[in-house]
Amino acid sequence: MSESKKVFSDAKSALDGLLSDGMTILAGGFGLCGIPEHMIVAIRESGVQNLTVASNNCGIDDFGLGLLLQTKQIKKMISSYVGENKLFEEQFLNGDLELEFNPQGTLAERCRAGGAGIPAFYTKTGVGTVIADGKETRDFDGEIYLMERALTGDLAIVTAWKGDKAGNLVFRKTARNFNAPMATAGKVCIVEVEQLMEVGEIEPDQIHLPGIYVDRIFEGQNFEKRIERRTIRET
Amino acid sequence: MAWTRDQMCERAALELEDGFYVNLGIGMPTLVANYIPESMTVTFQSENGMLGMGPFPLDNEVDADLINAGKQTITELPESVYFDSATSFAMIRGGHIDLSILGALQVAQNGDLANWMIPGKMVKGMGGAMDLVAGVRRVIVLMDHNAKDGSPKLLKECDLPLTGAGVVDTVITDLGLFEIKGGQLYLSELAPNTSLDEIRDRTEAEFVQ
Repeated sequence: MSESKKVFSDAKSALDGLLSDGMTILAGGFGLCGIPEHMIVAIRESGVQNLTVASNNCGIDDFGLGLLLQTKQIKKMISSYVGENKLFEEQFLNGDLELEFNPQGTLAERCRAGGAGIPAFYTKTGVGTVIADGKETRDFDGEIYLMERALTGDLAIVTAWKGDKAGNLVFRKTARNFNAPMATAGKVCIVEVEQLMEVGEIEPDQIHLPGIYVDRIFEGQNFEKRIERRTIRET
Repeated sequence: MAWTRDQMCERAALELEDGFYVNLGIGMPTLVANYIPESMTVTFQSENGMLGMGPFPLDNEVDADLINAGKQTITELPESVYFDSATSFAMIRGGHIDLSILGALQVAQNGDLANWMIPGKMVKGMGGAMDLVAGVRRVIVLMDHNAKDGSPKLLKECDLPLTGAGVVDTVITDLGLFEIKGGQLYLSELAPNTSLDEIRDRTEAEFVQ
């Protein structure tokens, strides 16, 4: 059992030796829900530059991936929906930031395929739109499909609720989102968890993502878990 | 006044059937959930990874790990289930969702839909809209019949970038209900106090009655 080799004390030590300028990072989360907030701060502090980041969104001005926009560490985003932050718009319109839009399901499937050893797949999503420009299409049974390439990253940074020292993960509610498929598609995957457990403490049948995909794991202290649109009912 | 926004949502709710799995777009389509008869079971999907979306939480129930695709806080129901984004879009792309109700900037008479970008303005992205219109069995558009400047939104051809080609099945506006079959637009229902002449006046698309 190599469990102890995976466990690190914090984000900085877990990222040690893995960051380099120009690398591609897959970052889990949807909006601000289930984002690897500790690792984003540690990446900011590392000063690494020219990052390509695949993430469904790009945080807000002062939280999540928005923190890496402030320091201009991101060269390119691969996302389905952005612009919840002014910095993004400003840097994009200035030409300081490249942007590749992927339909949300295509982004998720590109990661899933990347982690599953499938180099490309065909989908109806985006046929007849600008997303199809320059991409191969093919007729299957009388319907046109678009070929999309798999996506992998040098590093995947994801968040889970519970994880054991062997890297087996349990997610919580809608914080699972892109964390599971992206964890499989990084050459190296680091996970920050709210609760680090001993091996055996999680029922094997209840594990959402097997530890085989996880290279490093640490327990994050004091998750902020900011809410983007707090919406309540009165009664 | 023809149909109010509430009446449009109420009309859209009549298209739901018992046992349906439904995905509602952000904005007006969300309100359709308020008009489902108590006797009917409809399960709402949220493409960020949930089936069985519950109502907004009470102040003391708010949970940062539980949001909908519009990033609003929500609640779970006894029948709720969570999954990852790849699984969520597999059920969308795989045709397992019965119905999606979405807003639109423009719809063409052949079912082309434009609802994600206006060139020259900051583009925020398509989110899951392209996947939904490509994969969900039936797509209903709920929109004002005309834009704020009075220009028609039901067109011969969309001039905005498309979200999907030939993907819309039904369009509900304040003036009536249209269906698109075999690349042809049909006017199926007229809203109260609306005349055929008024619809013709305010529509660019060619339609059959």
